[in-house]
Amino acid sequence: MNSYIVPLAGGLLIGLSATMLLLLNGRIAGISGIFGRIVERRGAATDAAFVVGLLLGPMAYSLAAGHAPVSTVTASTATLAVAGLLVGFGSRMGSGCTSGHGVLGLARLSPRSVAAVATFLAAGVLTVTLVRNLAP
Amino acid sequence: MKLNIPALLAALVCGHVFGLGLSLSGMLDPVRVQAFLDVTGAWSPDLAFVLGGAVAVSLIGVAIMRRSRKPVFDHAFHLPTIRRIDRRLVAGSAMFGIGWGLGGLCPGPAIAALTLGSSDVVVFVIAMAVGMLIHDQWARVRL
Repeated sequence: MNSYIVPLAGGLLIGLSATMLLLLNGRIAGISGIFGRIVERRGAATDAAFVVGLLLGPMAYSLAAGHAPVSTVTASTATLAVAGLLVGFGSRMGSGCTSGHGVLGLARLSPRSVAAVATFLAAGVLTVTLVRNLAP
Repeated sequence: MKLNIPALLAALVCGHVFGLGLSLSGMLDPVRVQAFLDVTGAWSPDLAFVLGGAVAVSLIGVAIMRRSRKPVFDHAFHLPTIRRIDRRLVAGSAMFGIGWGLGGLCPGPAIAALTLGSSDVVVFVIAMAVGMLIHDQWARVRL
């Protein structure tokens, strides 16, 4: 059971961050929206500030833990490019991602977010299942 | 242009806490994300605790918000107003989910992981930005 404590702590921090942004700035901490606006060249200064803070997060973790957070990419470069395109296009089309819909949307009891989360979880599960069972 | 300094600082701190949370959560690791999605295989429920913890705290935040007239550093709450569950929501979410399953990365973790020095993550983030731009163009033409 104790292997779940660290992920849970991570989740609590994510929730804290989202709560603070909501109560202080009145905004949804939806990364696809924040980054999307920056990419589309209509990002607010607060969007840029959030991203700067986000980039510094793993560095602070590394300093505190003595090692960088584990991140192992197994997909090929071509797969990653396709994956990135789908995540980018899909998150904007779907008006959100795991932070916007998954965290804030569910907390707001938004029917749209429930539908979004159910859909992307199902799609993710299906994709991983197919790849792991069909790939040579 | 008038700069809202307190809001800027708040956004910086929130982003940082978010990034710290992501680092602890395991979501920066595609292997762990895909293990969570591998429901029929060697399933790891870790990410359920990430989502559960995040939603639990956010529920409190939303409850406080509903009792508040305005946020501390702005004049109003800026929340989504669309209510309909439409095809764009479902189709977009499905595409997002497929991409997430294929790469094991989603926007927040991908951006945060840029500082870990992997060229793979750079490829993903660039592709993600391109995907967002393509959508922006498509939406402008279509709507």
